[in-house]
Formats: sequence, C-alpha cells, structure tokens
Amino acid sequence: MATAEAIQQSTKTKPKPTKRMTGAEALVQILLEENVDMAFGYPGGAIMPVYDALYDHQDSINHVLARHEQGAIHMAQGYARANGKVGVCLATSGPGATNLITGIADAQIDSTPLVCITGQVPSALLGSDAFQECDVLGVSMPVTKWNFQITKAEEIPVALAKAFYLARSGRPGPVVIDITKDAQFEEFDFSYEKCTSLRSYTPKPKLDHSKVAEAAELINNAERPYVLFGQGVILGNAEKEFKQFIEKTGIPAAWTIMGLSALDTDHPLNVGMLGMHGNYGPNLLTNECDVLIAVGMRFDDRVTGNLDKYAKQAKVIHLEIDPAEIDKNVPADVPVLGDAKESLTELNKLVKPNSHEEWLQRFRECDKQEWDKVIEEELHPKSDVLSMGEVIRIINDVTGGDHILVTDVGQHQMVACRYTKFTRSKSNITSGGLGTMGFGLPAGIGAALGAPDRTVIAVVGDGGFQMTLQELATIYQTKAKVKVLLLNNEFLGMVRQWQQLFFEKRYSSTELINPDFQQVAKGFYIPTAKVTERDNLESAIEEFINYDGSYFLEVMVGKENNVFPMVPSGSGVAEIRLE
Amino acid sequence: MESEKQEYTITAYTENHVGLLHRITIIFTKRKINIESLTTSESEVEGIHRFTIAVTETEEQVIKVVKQIEKQVEVLKADYYKKKEVVQQELALYKISTESLTRGLDVERIVREHNARFLTIEEHFVVIEKSGFRRETVALFEELKPYGISEFVRSGRIAVSRERDGIGKDVEKILAEAAV
Ligand SMILES: Cc1ncc(C[n+]2csc(CCOP(=O)(O)OP(=O)(O)O)c2C)c(N)n1
Ligand SMILES: [Mg+2]
Repeated sequence: MATAEAIQQSTKTKPKPTKRMTGAEALVQILLEENVDMAFGYPGGAIMPVYDALYDHQDSINHVLARHEQGAIHMAQGYARANGKVGVCLATSGPGATNLITGIADAQIDSTPLVCITGQVPSALLGSDAFQECDVLGVSMPVTKWNFQITKAEEIPVALAKAFYLARSGRPGPVVIDITKDAQFEEFDFSYEKCTSLRSYTPKPKLDHSKVAEAAELINNAERPYVLFGQGVILGNAEKEFKQFIEKTGIPAAWTIMGLSALDTDHPLNVGMLGMHGNYGPNLLTNECDVLIAVGMRFDDRVTGNLDKYAKQAKVIHLEIDPAEIDKNVPADVPVLGDAKESLTELNKLVKPNSHEEWLQRFRECDKQEWDKVIEEELHPKSDVLSMGEVIRIINDVTGGDHILVTDVGQHQMVACRYTKFTRSKSNITSGGLGTMGFGLPAGIGAALGAPDRTVIAVVGDGGFQMTLQELATIYQTKAKVKVLLLNNEFLGMVRQWQQLFFEKRYSSTELINPDFQQVAKGFYIPTAKVTERDNLESAIEEFINYDGSYFLEVMVGKENNVFPMVPSGSGVAEIRLE
Repeated sequence: MESEKQEYTITAYTENHVGLLHRITIIFTKRKINIESLTTSESEVEGIHRFTIAVTETEEQVIKVVKQIEKQVEVLKADYYKKKEVVQQELALYKISTESLTRGLDVERIVREHNARFLTIEEHFVVIEKSGFRRETVALFEELKPYGISEFVRSGRIAVSRERDGIGKDVEKILAEAAV
C-alpha cells in the first residue's frame, strides 16, 4: 500500500482515534465526511452490504433509485453540474458496472466530477469468471481520471479520500472505485483523513507570470481580438473574472456549448455560439480576428471544423488548466497554464481598458444576416408548422431566462442551446463531448434534485427520450420537479438532416413510428399535455412551467425542419452555410 | 519540430501501482500507435518505477503522447528522446544445439567476432548472449541462422539520456516538495 503510506506521510497531524466497523459502514461514514447528501444507484448482489449500511443513514443520505444504471449515472452528472458538488453513483458488479460506462465516458470527456462505487465479486473469486464478474478496472480505465480496486477493508479510507480529491480537483473527472464484497463485510479499525495532495499529481499548474504578461501585451496591441470561452470558466468559478476581462478590454466573446451560461446571453459582448451549428458571425470572424484568446476550452473538432482552415491568421493565447490540451489541436503562441480564475485575475491587472466598436459592428452585421436568413423564421415561423425555436422563445418569455436547461442530443439540443436565454451560470447541462442520446431526462432529474430551488427544463427529442424514458418512474418515486419537454418531429432529426443534405434524402432508418407518449407519461403518473397547434402553445407552456411539480409536455414540431447555420463536417469555419 | 516518423524513446517515472501499465498502454492504443518495446523497472529514485517505451512516430505525436502520459495521476514525470539523445541497449539470447558447436570452430569464431558470449553450455544446447543495438543483435542472428536457432528472444530497448541529469532529478525535486 504505497498510496496509504504516501498520504499518511503527508499529513503530519496526530492519528485520529479509530472505530471498529465493517468496510460497508466505513464507506457510508466517508460519504458523510465528504458532505454527500445524495447518491444515485441501483443495488445488486455484490454491493448489498453497502446498501444495507445506507439503510441506517436514510436521513442524511438520500439514495435515488434509478431504473437503469445509465439513468443513475446521468442523474449524478446532472446533479454535479447543477450544484457543483461531486456526483456519487452506486452499482453492482458485472452488468451494473458496465451499464455505467456510457455515463463515465460522458463525464470524462465533459470533465464532470463523479465518484462511482461498484461492487465486485469476493476477492477469492477474482479472475475465476464468477457470476457477474467483470474486469471493471480494465473496462473503465480508458474513460476514468483514476480508478482503483479495493480488496481489503483497510484500503477503503485512503482510496475513497483519493477518489473524492481527484474527482473534484484540477480538471475534474470521473473516478471508479471497485470494492470486492468481502472487503465490504470485513471489520477493521476505521479512521478518516481527507486527501489534499498527492505527490504524483498536480491539479493546478503554477501560473507563469511572464506568460500572462506576454498575453496582455498581445491583447493590448490587438486590433481585432476575439475571445472563445468554454466550461473552464464555469468549472473554475471564474465567471466574474471573465466578465471583468471582456468588459475592461471590450473584446467580443463567443461560447462553446460547454461554456454556455457562463456569461449572460444578453451581455452586449456575448456574440454567440461557436461551432457546427453555432452562430454565423462567431464562426466566420474566427478567421478574421488578429488575436484569438481561448479560455478554458479545448478546440474540439465540432468547434473548429477543418483545422487546416482554422484561424491561421491569428495569434493564439490559450488559458488552460490541463497541459495536455496545449497544442493538442490548435498550436498556442502564448500558452497560459493555470486555473481560469487565477489566470484571469492576473491578466485583468495587465490589460488596458479598450473598446472595439468597429470590430463588434462586424458581428452585428453577421447577426443581421443570420436573423434574416435563419433566426426570424425559426422564432416566428410564417408557416403553420410549429418550429422548435418558437417553443424555446416562449419558454424564455415565461421564465425570463432563470431556468436550468438540460438537453438530450440532436436537433432539439442545438436549437435549445442556440435560442435559450441565460441569466445565471451552471444553467446549461448537455452532453457536449460524447453526444450521448438518452442523457437529457436522467440528467434533468439529477439537476432538479441537485438544485431544488431552480426551474429545470429537460428538452428531449423523440429518439433520445426513448433511450432512457424508464426514468419517468424515478420522477414519480422521487417527486423531482423536472419539466420534460418533448420536441417530437417523428424522426431521428439530426441524422435525417444529414441524410437530406449529404445522402440524397435517403432516409435510412431515421423515421420513428412512435408510441402514444401521452399514454406513456400517464402510465408513470406524470401530468401531461400535447400541443399540435400554435394557438395552444403559449398557454400550454405557461401551465408546463408554472405547475408545481414534474410535468410532461409534448410539442409536435415540423418533421423535416433543419438546423442552420451549419459548418459541414470537413469544412472550415468560414465556410459556414446559412441555408 | 521534425515531421518525419523516427525512433523515439519515451521515459516515464511513476508510482509502482497495479494497473498503471494498462493506463499507459491505452494512450498508445487510442491513437493506434504501435509500441515497439516497453520495459518497466526500478529507477535510481527510491520507490519510483520507470517505463521505457520505444516507438517510431512523428515528434508532434510523441509530444502529445508524453503529455497524456504525464497527465495520468500516478505518473510523476515523462519525457522523450531522439535516437542521438540516448545511450541505448537491447539484450538478445540465442539458443542453438550443442552439436553445432562440434561442427568446426565456426560458431565460437562468430560469437567472438560479434562480442557476444556463451551464457551456458548444456548437454544438448548452448545459449549465446549479445547486447547492443538492434542491427547488431540482428546481424548475429543472421550469422547463426545456418546453425539452426531453436529459440531467440530480444529484450525491449533500455536507454539512459545523454543529459547530465536525467528527469530523475526533477522527480527527486517533486518528491522533496511533496514531503514538506
Ligand atoms: C447513443 C447515441 N446513439 C446514436 C447517436 C447518433 N445521433 C445523434 S443525433 C441523433 C438523432 C436524435 O433524434 P431525436 O432524439 O429524435 O432528436 P432530434 O434530432 O430529432 O431533435 C442520433 C441518432 C447518438 N448521438 N447517441
Ligand atoms: Mg426527433
């Protein structure tokens, strides 16, 4: 146990008194010490001792019983992203653990702090292909920040302390702890010490002030500077510093889908969304700026399009916490390693007050073109067919932009993110990096439970909804007040759009012959309504949002509507199409 | 930066933990990079392990891989070297029948000329040992081939840098800082 020694050595305080208990009981004590008041999971043979220990602590730890482990982990993700705490997830060995994998991969690519605890067959049976044995460590290794298998009760405190510390520190991510059943039963002398550092791990690189100065120099002399911001601003709690930075320098700022809500939608310097279905100006003008300042974003290919045609003219400043992201996709002229809050605070001291009115005007001109060609018809359609955009517009009117938006994956996701107005951070929860269909409903439940004072609206498509709709039962059981908005186009719309544009309208396996979703929701005892005509839309949305409790609203929207603008895959950002 | 694929040696100083080998190799698998050889051993720093990985890749790709390796929680430090920046060796063992020794002095002469040596001489077989560069161990293989090689094995590349202090010094610094 080199790990145990390392941690114990680094804590110079005198040893805490110990108490004799089982591994399972110790695990629950640790959850309490780590301020866990909610966990999401599904029981089974190999994790039963832990569930038994939870039974005595129902007052302090609310265990949410999902209907599928994938549902449980997406709930934990939604919970973590809505309230900033580590999401905790429990599952049994074998299929319980493998059902978590999609969510773990999702959390890894979107940097969501999770601790997933899986039961494992007794240590004596490891490697024997025992009932429900699966190499959880091996299977989860490519998609975890760290993982560890516990075979002795005495390993539990150190491993769990490390798990929580690693999940939430630095660039957050998912951690898997696999505990054999015998270790859960075993009695030992328990004491707990939180982990605060590890010798082999640097959560935040030390800020290099000379790089900050170089960055400031470039920014102060730039004529057309342009800021791109990602989730690093939210994860680093740097919203305030970020706003000060753009306001002082007068630089237009555009967001990645993961950075959305870090800056108010209506902020005059917020020029909109980057990427494949982002706004026209933010994409087009990427190739006209002279200094590109990326803050806590990783130049995902959905953001950059063809890298050979991406911002070649610009000097690139990259503020980033993860050294492995520097030069990964877009080479940085000035890399500034550090967490966003600290880097921006220092940068703000060195940048000069400025404004870039002419340059900003370019964005406004692009907005005008996009409004005429795309947005006006999307938000105020002249056709009788309902559009996704008008639904989102009315939601904005009703909530005033104060709600948490959770989305599934597809056209409705792009439309909801493009048109929702945000006035608060941590209010956009979506599967950005992995694009996991089935994410929306369970993540919405987790968000509603994690931020009970907020209105949480889960916008889902008719395809993705059917991947995890069993979680409606979790809504009924937990009384989570999540609002579920189904934008039903009777198609796997996003794939259909590609088939229309790039595969000669050959709609191979994208049309959905759907069940009666009203009956489905009713079967789960959730109040429900369906809108097929514009006349009823506004009142239905008001009822949907003002109802005190969960509500299921289905809106029938245009079957073959498309999301524009679009940067076709393989094209450069400047080749963005408005139609 | 060199854009041609060439030989690189990647070195990582790590904690000695179960599963770390897998964590490191999947970084290569994910990018479809072939690991030509991989050796783990103790390092000069007490309690710290060392990975030595040989690949043929572009420098750009190697830099990205090294950053991903260093990002792993249990890795203290990783770096990479070009061929001329390291002193490297491989070890090869050749098993041939004892009988072929008795057919004149040829085998003994070959072993001498190649700076190899007999590791053991048994009743039915002998084992020859040769350390050196890949081309040297291959050259000996070719010369012994006519005598019938019944078993051949070559170790992974091991290498030390030509820098005055390797990255072990950085690792010691990290450990010293962590200890306070
Ligand atoms: C698990 C999973 N499988 C497949 C896909 C590929 N995919 C992306 S969007 C999409 C269509 C989604 O359809 P729907 O949920 O109805 O949303 P819409 O695009 O119609 O709004 C599909 C199949 C995916 N992202 N995730
Ligand atoms: Mg659909």
